[in-house]
Amino acid sequence: MTHRNPAAISWMVERQHEYVLRAVEERNVKLIRLWFTDVLGQLKSVAISPIELENALEEGLHFDGSAIDGFSRVQESDVLAKPDPGTFELLPWADGGSTGRMFCNIFNHDGKPFEGDPRHVLRRNLGKLRDAGFEMMAAPEMEFFYFADGDPQSPPKPLDSGGYFDLTTSDVASDLRRQTISVLEQMGIPVEYSFHEDSPSQHEIDLRYTGASEMADQIMTFRLVVRELALERGHYASFMPKPLAGMQGSGMHLHLSLFEGDNNTFHDDDTPYHLSKTGQQFTAGLLYHAREITAITNQLVNSYKRLVVGYEAPVWVGWARNNRSALVRVPVTRPDKHSSTRIEFRSPDPACNPYLAFSVIAAAGLKGIQEGYELPEEASDNLFELDQRSAKKLGIAPLPTSLAEALDEMERSELVQEALGEHIFEWFLRNKRDEWRSYKAHVSQWELERYLPRW
Amino acid sequence: MAESFVVFPNPPPSDLARALDLDGHRWTAVSSSTELANAEPEEGFTGAIIVADEQADAAWALCRDLRKRDVPIEPLLLLVSGNQLEELASRDDQYDDFIITPFHPRELDARLKHLLWRAGRGVRPELIEYGPIALNVETYQASLEGRPLDLTYMEYELLRFLTAQPGKVFTRETLLNRVWGYEYYGGARTVDVHVRRLRSKLGEEHANLIQTIRSVGYKLGQSRWG
Repeated sequence: MTHRNPAAISWMVERQHEYVLRAVEERNVKLIRLWFTDVLGQLKSVAISPIELENALEEGLHFDGSAIDGFSRVQESDVLAKPDPGTFELLPWADGGSTGRMFCNIFNHDGKPFEGDPRHVLRRNLGKLRDAGFEMMAAPEMEFFYFADGDPQSPPKPLDSGGYFDLTTSDVASDLRRQTISVLEQMGIPVEYSFHEDSPSQHEIDLRYTGASEMADQIMTFRLVVRELALERGHYASFMPKPLAGMQGSGMHLHLSLFEGDNNTFHDDDTPYHLSKTGQQFTAGLLYHAREITAITNQLVNSYKRLVVGYEAPVWVGWARNNRSALVRVPVTRPDKHSSTRIEFRSPDPACNPYLAFSVIAAAGLKGIQEGYELPEEASDNLFELDQRSAKKLGIAPLPTSLAEALDEMERSELVQEALGEHIFEWFLRNKRDEWRSYKAHVSQWELERYLPRW
Repeated sequence: MAESFVVFPNPPPSDLARALDLDGHRWTAVSSSTELANAEPEEGFTGAIIVADEQADAAWALCRDLRKRDVPIEPLLLLVSGNQLEELASRDDQYDDFIITPFHPRELDARLKHLLWRAGRGVRPELIEYGPIALNVETYQASLEGRPLDLTYMEYELLRFLTAQPGKVFTRETLLNRVWGYEYYGGARTVDVHVRRLRSKLGEEHANLIQTIRSVGYKLGQSRWG
């Protein structure tokens, strides 16, 4: 019944452009922000006026990429940003709702996708999953802190713990969170749950699952909304993985499943915990390649201060049904809800680049499925109290304990190299080695306090 | 009078179904004259769109039948392939206009509008309304209780499709084919995801306008008739 009609396809693109142009006119939009993401996961934005919009939609927007992290190349730095009209949304909080935004795809001058564009890298990796018949669904638990300000010169002051900062009450942060959720929902980012976390001023907002590519866009939007709304009230929201020593850090646990059409391929009535063979192999892939992909899912020096024993963060490479220090958790789901069978990958933190994190996760999981990896034994509860030596005896590997170690693992990984592509792989390693060098040369307060009096 | 075209064959080619949907034309597909008689609304069909490029004989038979009726169904727009042009010569009385397949959706819309205009009939309504929802298919504007509702393109198309036929239950498969179309490669979960996004934009008070029909699909509101 389906005969491909080229005119109908170009008509769809025209309709989408027309839709955006109409919306801009009817809603009196004054400014359109064109968004893209650099290799480190920072949101970049070029603003254009409605007059420039039609041309930007049809031709794209040329700009010099050399100023953007990971975009510069030796020979050429001019790239073309093409807005994705399907992502046009108004920003409800900005300028009384008269600002719109679209995500862009970045192209080289020869019309080929630019390899330094994380959104393209994710599309490529999800394309491989799709070729194998799978669509990856993701739902993140976003954790973050509200602080009184963003001044890096002094330790951050939590907003809602009386002892720390008595000018405000806990209601301020809760109000802020409620307002944030309302803006997210207006922007079509449905929220599943939200609550106050264990640490003072730490909050969690769980997003409802959607396709991984759209979810990566949503995470970028989420981080901006949370931060901008906090700033509007004179506060500061942070996704730094471990901003307060001795307190729980901020993670971005990811709930993952693979769908084939209507069917959740992670579900099987006849397997233990209803995790299908495919689900087991995907998990095995994540575990097997966990050490290689950690530099991407946990990309800051500070990320590794969260991945320590005693704070419900994963430390060892293992899976379990109900152990919160396991790297992968297989949540118990209702037997009649096949669509909710999933795994929870617990190492990523909210400071990662979601496009690249989803890319390496998809690649590791797919490898597990294609090579038929066996899922190791479930980690026993007390395992996580064991020390390094006992773990080694049991054949349980630790996650990398520092950015340097994670980079070493990544550099040796063919899987990560292929998933990210040569351009980003090399640039990321170079940039992050620099970050580590600079950190290593730094003498911290801890060292001064500990060593100066004695030596 | 609500506009409603009869379309042959059943199901029609997906690009035709989609083009009609997206331009806001209502239609019913039939595979024979008998089926047509059963499906015909009390006030009659607005016109007919007959695709003759695959089941030519059945299509010609239907064209004849439509013209022979006491109250003929007019205007009749024919879709034929380029190598069928000779067949048209002897049948000038059986259609009002024709388009060569594969067709351009804009041409389809333009010819339909022109045919209706010539027949002295109004074009389709520009507003689709249900309860607090109003959609202007010309300007793509959506509103909820009179306030603008800001939607992405696909959210708008999904809401328009559901609102145009209140109370009717659509499977995910149907919604994927009719709203997203064949160039879309995602799975049926896409529909769930967009319904959730729509509900969150409709807000708590109106989220339940779109109902989930367990193990079938979705519907918006209630049919006017029940």
